Amino acid sequence: MTRGSGAGPGSRPPLILLVPACVAALFALLPLGYLAVRALERGPAFAWDVVADERTLQLLGHSLGLTAVVVGACLVLGVSLAWLTVRTALPGARAWSVLATLPLAVPSYVAAFAWLSAEPDLAGFGGAALALTLVSFPYVHLPVAAALRGIDPAQEEAARSLGHGPLRTFVRVTLPQLRPAAAGGALLVALYVLSDFGAVSLMRYDTFTRAIHTSYRASFDRTPAAALSVVLVVMTIALVAAEARTRGRAGHARTGTGTARPAVPTVLGRWRPLALLWCAAVSAVAVAFPLGTLGYWLAVGTSATWDLGGLAETAWATFGVAAAGAALTTALALPVGVIAARHRGRGARLLEQAAYAGHALPGITVALALVFFAVRYAYPLYQQLPLLVGAYAVLFLPVAVAATRAAVLQAPPVLEDVARSLGRRPWQVLREVTVPLAAPGVAAGAALTFVVCMKELPATLLLRPTGMDTLATRLWTETGAGSFAAAAPYAAALILLAAVPSYLLGRHRT
Amino acid sequence: MRRPSARRITALLAAGVLLPVLAACGADNDKGGSTEGGDSALVIYSGRNEKLVKPILDKLEKAVGAEVEVRYGDSAELAAQILEEGERTKAGLFFSQDAGALGALSREGMLQKLPQSSLDAVDEAYRGSEGDWVGLSGRVRVIAYNPDKVAEGKVPDSVHDVVKPEWKGKVGFAPTNASFQAFVTGMRVLEGDDATREWLKDLKANGKTYAHNLATLDGVEAGEVELGLVNHYYWYERVAEKGEDKVNAKLKFLPGKDPGALINVAGVGILAESGQSATAQKAVDYLLSKEAQTYFADTTKEYPLAAGVTSKVEGLPPFDSLESPDIDLGKLESLQETLAMLQDVGLV
Repeated sequence: MTRGSGAGPGSRPPLILLVPACVAALFALLPLGYLAVRALERGPAFAWDVVADERTLQLLGHSLGLTAVVVGACLVLGVSLAWLTVRTALPGARAWSVLATLPLAVPSYVAAFAWLSAEPDLAGFGGAALALTLVSFPYVHLPVAAALRGIDPAQEEAARSLGHGPLRTFVRVTLPQLRPAAAGGALLVALYVLSDFGAVSLMRYDTFTRAIHTSYRASFDRTPAAALSVVLVVMTIALVAAEARTRGRAGHARTGTGTARPAVPTVLGRWRPLALLWCAAVSAVAVAFPLGTLGYWLAVGTSATWDLGGLAETAWATFGVAAAGAALTTALALPVGVIAARHRGRGARLLEQAAYAGHALPGITVALALVFFAVRYAYPLYQQLPLLVGAYAVLFLPVAVAATRAAVLQAPPVLEDVARSLGRRPWQVLREVTVPLAAPGVAAGAALTFVVCMKELPATLLLRPTGMDTLATRLWTETGAGSFAAAAPYAAALILLAAVPSYLLGRHRT
Repeated sequence: MRRPSARRITALLAAGVLLPVLAACGADNDKGGSTEGGDSALVIYSGRNEKLVKPILDKLEKAVGAEVEVRYGDSAELAAQILEEGERTKAGLFFSQDAGALGALSREGMLQKLPQSSLDAVDEAYRGSEGDWVGLSGRVRVIAYNPDKVAEGKVPDSVHDVVKPEWKGKVGFAPTNASFQAFVTGMRVLEGDDATREWLKDLKANGKTYAHNLATLDGVEAGEVELGLVNHYYWYERVAEKGEDKVNAKLKFLPGKDPGALINVAGVGILAESGQSATAQKAVDYLLSKEAQTYFADTTKEYPLAAGVTSKVEGLPPFDSLESPDIDLGKLESLQETLAMLQDVGLV
């Protein structure tokens, strides 16, 4: 374990990183600028009246309670599946790994709807927690799996040779190295839960996001909605700060010579059936169950048209915008993530917090913010593809930042120091050392971003070019008309498309 | 560590950025030809579902003789979007699922006064009090019942009866549904807040809540509940999805101006600042025409509000025979208080 000398707490990030990182942060702060304008439209007193309502406290309790439970459950599911699929001799590990990514493509309202149709009594806290856990645990699974792949097994071997048992080695050596990835994933889950509307509305569980939506719908008044949104932003900043506190000061990169050898898979022995059962059970409830529900819709409904041409066209369009969204988001996230990993000053902290600040806002609020700015300052782009792609970057920047930061943390800073000492310019260090070393983790982040872009609905509806459809908007249209059978193929395509990047990622395993 | 994979990822990312850009260029070229219609093109923001209205809007495009682009979304969200766009709105016409969203735009002065001839096409009760939006089609609140569980003669005549003890645990409803909330707002206007609050408390004690109207209807269908408070056309939607012989539930249209028989309307308004008024006005005229009104009657199974068209849907009582409460739909804009009440009672 080391601390980088050339990139320590006091050092200033090179301009080649700082400038694009600031651009990304400003981009991510757009929704906050909009909220300030709208919330204060009728003076601070009005906004304070909206927020200082006794109901706010209740909503706060609901939102935070739901977040805590879902984050806890996601950590258990995500870390256990990541360890089983990456570090053990589990039969079919690669397939289980892909399966563990797919739930992310299930829109929360589809999951909630599936569970409610099976058991109407689930409505409320339990149902909302269940549906949200099952769609968001890949946020933990993917980065933790990437981190596990990047760990140098030599440290664990050293611990074992010094007399630690397997469990103790895992807790004392492996787990601390996973902490940045797991905490980053947990933060994303928390912000996702805070921002979710689909599951809580169907499950009828009152959270901040639901109150914000209700405010738009009931009064068409954007000021109270904006005032409530500001509370969400404050909560987000508190959560991001809390996550930063769990990080500690130790680095987790290997410093030895040569290349890290792939870890020898742990033999499961008599635990094998239990491990398989666990993977199968999670896949069953998180993937097979929603797919089964789609199959049921197809079986009982007659509205399915099997317009395969239309489906393929929509899938292709979805693939295109989601890929562009993931690419732009990853590009913007790269400098922020590298700075967050390598520089620990107050400026670096602020940059990272800026990237996260708007992430707990409901999609509709972010979408309206972008409408506000685009109509005023980028009218030619309004309701054009580039703006939609930009919206995805604003919405999902933290997803890619978290992945990049965790990946860079695992790369030994000493290699960058060596490169610098050999006369490499900062951008050369970045291109030749940092990015290649962090590539697997960055790619995992891009894959995550791709999947969440694909299923994004509220911003897509408001900002897409008129007449363009994605799988998510089609799904929304069909279910809105009660044509569940016609909706099923679009939902299924969404889940299958999500399998592509996770499958590709799996191939990089050695 | 894994340089080749890093390169491959960079290539993938680059391809990811480039592909859609190329696709977008292609799309722009396609569009280039069709936008040459000039300034008469019309953009419609439709809060009504594409599946329900696309066929008639396709015909509308031919009728107005200009290029028509339709942007689908949720009525309330589109209204918020138009408010955010302000004077630079792209929408020439707003086609809303309910009166509330049109009322919100009217209050902000974004809608243009409609000519008297358009307004007079429908009954005064179904148009904006400022004369800047007009209703096109109506849907009525009904009680759906399961004939295996309850005889036709036993089905309550009023929503006040469904909260009686004999129906305990047998009533389904969707408290988050916009039409249900419009009905509760109507009840507040008709009978006052205190009476409505009591009724809601009783309903909560008696009823079973569902996620939306279709789920409520399915609950009736499956016998989970015996009665369901829904909009009439969901039943016809179910018949269209499953086939008539497979739908067991029946509908009861409530007599005696019961608040439970409220009529909600979908309507249109012209955006004053869009510069598309002329084409938008043609579109409004078309939507009020016999052809469009017949479409709403036959295809969406709603009640047409203009052109003297009557619904020929089998089993649907004539519009004149509905004994709906007299209510100013403009007042249904006070949805905020209704939601506060539903929250107090613990229903949403």
